[in-house]
Amino acid sequence: MSIEETNPSADTGAPIIEIVGLNKWFGPFHVLRDINLSVAPRERIVICGPSGSGKSTLIRCINRLEDHQEGQITVDGTALTHDLKNIDAIRREVGMVFQSFNLFPHLTVLENCTLAPIWVRKTPKAEAEAFAMELLERVKIPEQADKYPGQLSGGQQQRVAIARSLCMRPNIMLFDEPTSALDPEMIKEVLDVMVDLAESGMTMLVVTHEMGFASQVADRVMFMDEGQIVEQNTPDEFFNNPQSDRSKLFLSQILSSH
Amino acid sequence: MTDQAFHRQQAELLPQQPAPATTVGIVGWARTNLFSSWSNSVVTLIAIYILWLVISSFVQWAFIDADVSGTDRFACTSDGACWAWIDQRIQQFLYGFYPAGETWRINIAFVLLFPALAPWMFENVPGARYLRWFSIAYPVIATILLAGGLGLTVVTTDKFGGFMLNLTVGLAGIVLSLPFGIILALGRQSRLPVIRILSIVFIESVRGVPLITLLFVSNIILPIFLPPDVALDSVVRVIVMVTAFASAYMAEVIRGGLQAIPNGQYEAAQAMGLSYWKSMRLIILPQALKISIPGVVNTFIGLFKDTTLVIIIGLFDILGIANAMVSNPDWLGLSSETYVVVALFFFIVCFSMSRYSVHLERKLDTTKR
Ligand SMILES: Nc1ncnc2c1ncn2[C@@H]1O[C@H](COP(=O)(O)OP(=O)(O)OP(=O)(O)O)[C@@H](O)[C@H]1O
Ligand SMILES: [Mg+2]
Repeated sequence: MSIEETNPSADTGAPIIEIVGLNKWFGPFHVLRDINLSVAPRERIVICGPSGSGKSTLIRCINRLEDHQEGQITVDGTALTHDLKNIDAIRREVGMVFQSFNLFPHLTVLENCTLAPIWVRKTPKAEAEAFAMELLERVKIPEQADKYPGQLSGGQQQRVAIARSLCMRPNIMLFDEPTSALDPEMIKEVLDVMVDLAESGMTMLVVTHEMGFASQVADRVMFMDEGQIVEQNTPDEFFNNPQSDRSKLFLSQILSSH
Repeated sequence: MTDQAFHRQQAELLPQQPAPATTVGIVGWARTNLFSSWSNSVVTLIAIYILWLVISSFVQWAFIDADVSGTDRFACTSDGACWAWIDQRIQQFLYGFYPAGETWRINIAFVLLFPALAPWMFENVPGARYLRWFSIAYPVIATILLAGGLGLTVVTTDKFGGFMLNLTVGLAGIVLSLPFGIILALGRQSRLPVIRILSIVFIESVRGVPLITLLFVSNIILPIFLPPDVALDSVVRVIVMVTAFASAYMAEVIRGGLQAIPNGQYEAAQAMGLSYWKSMRLIILPQALKISIPGVVNTFIGLFKDTTLVIIIGLFDILGIANAMVSNPDWLGLSSETYVVVALFFFIVCFSMSRYSVHLERKLDTTKR
């Protein structure tokens, strides 16, 4: 299946992520089918779709948490191959925020944030700490710097996780359902941080069902089903005028459950 | 809720009250834990009575009715314990057959052990940075002190014995088995089949055999891995076998810890660009080892007690010497006294390890504080 690319900001330069003919299987299961995607710098893409449609798998292919069998992925000019050097280079450029936060429980919030800059980027400790504090301030929890993740609320933990990723000064941020493990009253504090990040010009790929967030910041909403990109459009067009039956069904289910 | 309503509620909160006296202090603790109900009180009283019976008769035997001086068992005339042998035999219990004029070397090695361990065991040890270098040098220093060289008279290891032998073999085994255990545990999870299979074969074959057997066959097995004319010292041989044995158990304990670490930790480390070894060292192992502390210390304690098996290859540790003494005509029939002393030595070391592990678990608990 081929879908017309409708990319509002595609004319701002060379794509920062280019995925061509991506196919992936888990054993015999064809989880990603002929994915073509080109992301412009500073573009904000929201990916949605029913459970099991391959959203997580797709964004995890971008930083090689999953490997793919067919197709090319190029991130910021670097081709993703089995070459470990390329993988490392791409991982330094791409930050990722997980549904379950995945903070390191044996390290303080500050240590969580400075670990990768110190050990991967070889930033001097003092400099890494100063930058980490800046980011913790930006996500509005500088006062928690010396606590351990286990002592924070879910919303605070996810904000730390965002700050931790930003400490590596990534050009691209991937979010895999960052708010779906959170209690309702904590979702907003995390979304606020993400909106702030989007407004600062970060390239973002966000798997989420938060449609408010999508209409507020997304340049493009991508709807996936059964391992394919079924439809992509501006948020307005996608929500008000979905083209395929599957996206109509999906939207009606999302809206009724909210 | 508006901000105003929230503030009004705050202002109306009651001030903190002290907890009722019946729940604080020793009395409060006893009341809530030992005498909370009629049946609980009965159990408490029975337990106290039994404790009293045991302790009082032991004290009567060990201290009140005891004889403490004399040159053989006939000097002991009372009903209680006979401690007269201690004066004569404590030297052997501690140092084995080490030349009497040289035992100061063992004492110094023992005293130096504490500054060598301190920087690894406790936080805020003054001069920890330099002490760590000392710790790394300690095995060499201790070996020279114990075995001789650099101007010290050479003492062959067949003179090693008593509790000093238990401590030497035990400590060497403990210090070596942890890193080997970690390597084996990681090897068992390796994606490289050769490494994985080698680890599994080692772990399973060592774990599947009693340590006694390993010690028996060590003089057949070890030479296979060594150049032809290297004769392995018997104490070194024991240390190698005890380490191999404990490493296999350690590997399984640590593997349990590794498996308890959620996949998300590996993924977060990977996504941040940490290499395999860095993520193991900085993220995975610290957490896995923390979970494994009880099992690791359990293995240490088992290893330490297994050092008594050196008797198998003709070395006399504290238990071997006690056995010999019990069958000596001068002191025949003093087995209770002898084994109480042996037990006390082991208990002090093993209980210390156990307490330290509790301390460590508390210190590393990052969910409270
Ligand atoms: N490691 C794996 N091995 C085998 N199958 C997998 C694996 N990971 C995911 N899958 C399968 O691949 C499909 C897509 O999974 P994926 O996690 O990408 O879906 P998703 O769109 O993120 O769904 P959700 O909204 O539930 O997170 C699912 O059917 C899932 O069961
Ligand atoms: Mg998912």
